[in-house]
Amino acid sequence: MRAFDEKRKTKNGQRFLKLSGLEPLVVTPESNFINVGERTNVAGSKKFLRLIKEEKFEEALDVARHQVEGGAQIIDINMDDGLIDGKEAMVKFLNLVIAEPDIARVPIMIDSSKWEIIEAGLQVVQGKCVVNSISLKEGEEEFINHAKLVKRYGAAVIVMAFDEVGQADNYDRRIEISRRSYDILVNKVGLPPEDIIFDLNIFPVATGMDEHKRNAIDFIEATAWVRQNLPHCSVSGGVSNVSFSFRGNNPVREAMHSVFLYHAIKAGMNMGIVNPTMLEVYDDIPKDLLEHVEDVMLNRRDDATEKLLDFAETVVGKAKESKVDLSWREEPLQNRITRALVKGIDQYIEEDVEEARQAAKKPIEVIEGHLMTGMNVVGDLFGSGKMFLPQVVKSARVMKKAVAYLLPYIEEEKLLNPEAGDADGAGKILMATVKGDVHDIGKNIVSVVLACNNYEIVDLGVMVPPDKIIASAIEHKVDVIGLSGLITPSLDEMVHLAKEMERKNFTVPLLIGGATTSKAHTAVKIDPQYSQAVVHVNDASRAVTVVGDLLQKDTSAGYKKSIKEDYDVFREKFLKRSVKKEYKTIAEARENKFKINWNTTEIVKPARLGIQIIEEMDLNKLVPFIDWTPFFRSWELHGKYPDILDDNVVGLQAADLFADAQKMLKEILDEQKLKAKGIFGLFPANSINDDDIEVQADEEFVFRTLRQQLKRREGVADYALADFVAPKTSGSGKQDYIGCFCVSTGFGTTELAEAYEKDLDDYSSIMVKALADRLAEAFAEYLHKEVRTKHWGYAADENLDNEELISESYKGIRPAPGYPACPDHLEKLTIWELLKVEEKIGVKLTESLAMWPAASVSGYYFGNEEAKYFGLGKIKADQVADFANRKGIKLEKARKWLAPNIVDE
Amino acid sequence: MIKDLLHQKILILDGAMGTMLQRYKFTEDDFRGERFKDWEHPLQGNNDLLSLTQPEAIAEVHRKYFAAGADIVETNTFSGTTIAMADYHMEDLVYELNYESARIAKEVAKDFTTKEPHKPRFVAGSIGPTNKTASMSPDVNDPGFRAVSFDELRIAYKQQVEALLDGGADILLVETIFDTLNAKAALFAIEEVKEERTIDVPIMVSGTITDASGRTLSGQTAEAFLISVSHIPILSVGFNCALGAKQLVPHLEVISTKSNHAISAHPNAGLPNAFGEYDESPEQMAAQIKEYVEKGLINIVGGCCGTTPEHITAIANVVADYPPRTLFVDS
Repeated sequence: MRAFDEKRKTKNGQRFLKLSGLEPLVVTPESNFINVGERTNVAGSKKFLRLIKEEKFEEALDVARHQVEGGAQIIDINMDDGLIDGKEAMVKFLNLVIAEPDIARVPIMIDSSKWEIIEAGLQVVQGKCVVNSISLKEGEEEFINHAKLVKRYGAAVIVMAFDEVGQADNYDRRIEISRRSYDILVNKVGLPPEDIIFDLNIFPVATGMDEHKRNAIDFIEATAWVRQNLPHCSVSGGVSNVSFSFRGNNPVREAMHSVFLYHAIKAGMNMGIVNPTMLEVYDDIPKDLLEHVEDVMLNRRDDATEKLLDFAETVVGKAKESKVDLSWREEPLQNRITRALVKGIDQYIEEDVEEARQAAKKPIEVIEGHLMTGMNVVGDLFGSGKMFLPQVVKSARVMKKAVAYLLPYIEEEKLLNPEAGDADGAGKILMATVKGDVHDIGKNIVSVVLACNNYEIVDLGVMVPPDKIIASAIEHKVDVIGLSGLITPSLDEMVHLAKEMERKNFTVPLLIGGATTSKAHTAVKIDPQYSQAVVHVNDASRAVTVVGDLLQKDTSAGYKKSIKEDYDVFREKFLKRSVKKEYKTIAEARENKFKINWNTTEIVKPARLGIQIIEEMDLNKLVPFIDWTPFFRSWELHGKYPDILDDNVVGLQAADLFADAQKMLKEILDEQKLKAKGIFGLFPANSINDDDIEVQADEEFVFRTLRQQLKRREGVADYALADFVAPKTSGSGKQDYIGCFCVSTGFGTTELAEAYEKDLDDYSSIMVKALADRLAEAFAEYLHKEVRTKHWGYAADENLDNEELISESYKGIRPAPGYPACPDHLEKLTIWELLKVEEKIGVKLTESLAMWPAASVSGYYFGNEEAKYFGLGKIKADQVADFANRKGIKLEKARKWLAPNIVDE
Repeated sequence: MIKDLLHQKILILDGAMGTMLQRYKFTEDDFRGERFKDWEHPLQGNNDLLSLTQPEAIAEVHRKYFAAGADIVETNTFSGTTIAMADYHMEDLVYELNYESARIAKEVAKDFTTKEPHKPRFVAGSIGPTNKTASMSPDVNDPGFRAVSFDELRIAYKQQVEALLDGGADILLVETIFDTLNAKAALFAIEEVKEERTIDVPIMVSGTITDASGRTLSGQTAEAFLISVSHIPILSVGFNCALGAKQLVPHLEVISTKSNHAISAHPNAGLPNAFGEYDESPEQMAAQIKEYVEKGLINIVGGCCGTTPEHITAIANVVADYPPRTLFVDS
């Protein structure tokens, strides 16, 4: 009897390469080309090399995370560098990667030229990896030994076309080596053939040397031979090599890559490293360029290289955007409408919709037919990670324009035909930013994306009181309620609303989202208040699936039940976990405060004490201070600016979005569409009674700060902001200083956004808000610099670029109430009173102490060189009581405002 | 031989050893026996040790399970590695513990096979997860830390495997896999032993889906787990422990469609109640198992925590009328 477990045939005899991280990856003929992320390779990424050398593993993990978020299906990790202990770095980094479920879900490619590093890697990864690579370079014996271990560790393997003689550089050698390698691996080692991936060496073409002319065609033909003659194995390679001789001429390189891939994939290459931003769409390559490139790639004529070189001269510098290809206008109507929606082109949508309307029996059919067909394509592409958020919002803009065009016809039709009811949408969703909160970018994005998926949105806007939410939900008979909030007091509002919904016997699901919300808070605080489904949704792409699962008849009951169970389990685990931490009493923490040596530390008296107002800030001056990274994040594109613009996966979209942002920013600047105002003050101050800061203005004010209480390791101080200001002591005390500020660039944002919304342009409406937010942060950064170098002047000679500003490498800090060092929003009231903020510059505080306009920033200035940012963490009831007492407020009030920071006891 | 049987019928695995041993209410003195009466560390709770100090009780439990209808019993060696035995400072006894446990089980199996030659009985050497994880940090503040390395696990498992085979185990059962990397170290060790001794031995692999998330403790989905342990020739793959029969269904469905190996399941007697006890009755559990066989999901079935000979009889009675899951392999 044959051991049946040796055979891994499926029912129809097919065998697939199967890999795993936390989740499976099965490579079938239907899988598109498998893209391997290679940013976590010290040989390929200078940035990653620097991070590893400097042991900045957290940031190095971000590199890996961004690749996975961006769609890399496998991540290649390589630590081969002369200045790194490769084995140690590989093990350390892999151990950290394994601890991050959002990265570890994909399989890992362990990449090294040293076997000991590969083996060390294989010993720490539970999933089925790919070893990159082994070859016959050092002879058959070593090849067999390594292959046996690959099998025993349970990995797949990349086999380089390399043997004792050297690297395969023509068709025959590629075949010779791959055939020999395959025979040894399958017959001597017993490696399953589907676990073999050949790297057949991609070499440059058009180098001017005759022996390189067949480099591409040999690879392609060898690929075809391998896939036909060596059953079940895969073929991989690094594509950018092929265009090496055209460095500096991206249009040509992009065309070369797509031509090469087009032919190589047809021949059977099914995996590899490709930078998507360096790729032209094959069908979009201009005919003349295509012909020249194919001549070179396929070696179709002797003078191909010269011809391409000549032609390349004319292509240099021609921007891609300048070529407007209108051939799609010749296609059938549905294709045109789908393309307009997918590409977000609104130029022709009205004429196309009109054509569709004339052909349709009823105008509503155009929405239900043509437009929904197109939007379904958008939804599928977004769902599968092939479209990104900014594109989807642009699609929505086109959709809205099309629907607006049709509405009058639909109304007319209704008058003629009153008994025909309204079309049924997929469901009605109420969206609101809760009482006291003014932030709505995330909520608007989710609304747009849901609307794209045929849901009707009832958007109540910002600062919506609970009774209005309840009443509107009843009035509109909504199917789902979505609540959003950015500041911590909004969390309580959401809990309150859940209670109200329970009291009124609501049955509709409740969605929770926004920057301050979390699955933990939702599970622990909100879910128990409402017996129906409560779901935390942290991004727009998930919103669609969640709402779908909630509302579709066949999934609804099961999904609701499973989500309830999930939150029950999560809550239980969370509560169990949170009791493990230990805390000090406030008295103990004060004993262990952060001690600055006030005898030696330098205290600079501000050049000008008192309050100053900036009536009209020139926005142009703020532009260099903008930190763009959070801008991309607000559109769910993850990556650091400016690297994100060349990112493998989201690069193209990021660049498009950035171009649109620059255009709007220019309009805002040129036409002064937004107005910026600021106010700040610098005052004599001393810390008193450990945790308070006494400020000498016209009258006396006191800032109350909060102190860390979590027990940590010996030698770490328990910080409060008051530690950064010299104490007031009788006699020898030193005079110290403090500042505070509020800036806003939000004047005019609402009007602009409303104008865009009226024009059915959500994309621009969201964009203007996101830009205003960035400008406000830039203003705060700018003003802080002015204060450091001039008004306070303790760092008169500092010279930092924007990178360094963003990384906060300056002296002194500007923490903001409501953020980690001082999560107490109530302190804003003191700042407002002290600076007379509302009176002087018109920035208001809502009942939840959010600033209005939303694009505003406020905070303190601490100038001591030892002042640093920290997170307060959780505090105990004793400090809460003490705080209420110091502040002269009721304990209940203190508890309410500090709730997110109080330990559950 | 066991491979042929798998084509003919659903094989029955035994139930819980620990649950049965609890009935004896062994005291610290009973655990120690004469031989370890002066051992410097407390020994109560070291169930594996009972193979040396109370061998008759262990043999009795095996006998009850075979009598209840089991085709395969597991050796009393769940914690039989130097790593797990370190708690009792009994690292040096590991070979003997495994050897004796396998020998006792094998003897009982032989008796039954002789009495009922039409129903041969088998011994599976139980290889537990140890009490350390190779791909998770025990310290939440230091996610890159590991309490045990692949090589430490490999060496410990190798010793256990050698002793189990020497004692007469017919099958090796790598079970209750929380962390797939631990299992990979065990499989690596088994391959080494197979190569050194030029033998073949059937291997059963059984993972543990820890909760409703549908993943192992180390975070893998059922299919990712399956892919991660499919690189060496194994007899069967399946799941045991943590969940009851009912909760295992979706995960068995996944591996049953995706795998060409035999599929095994030995779930707990339901989910633990408020007191941490398993109280699903034999009838209730057998009724759940019926769904497995109606759907054609399994080839081997038995019980884990909380199951007893009565459960195994009930399960054996239910599955007797059903054919095993079809194996797409020619024998």
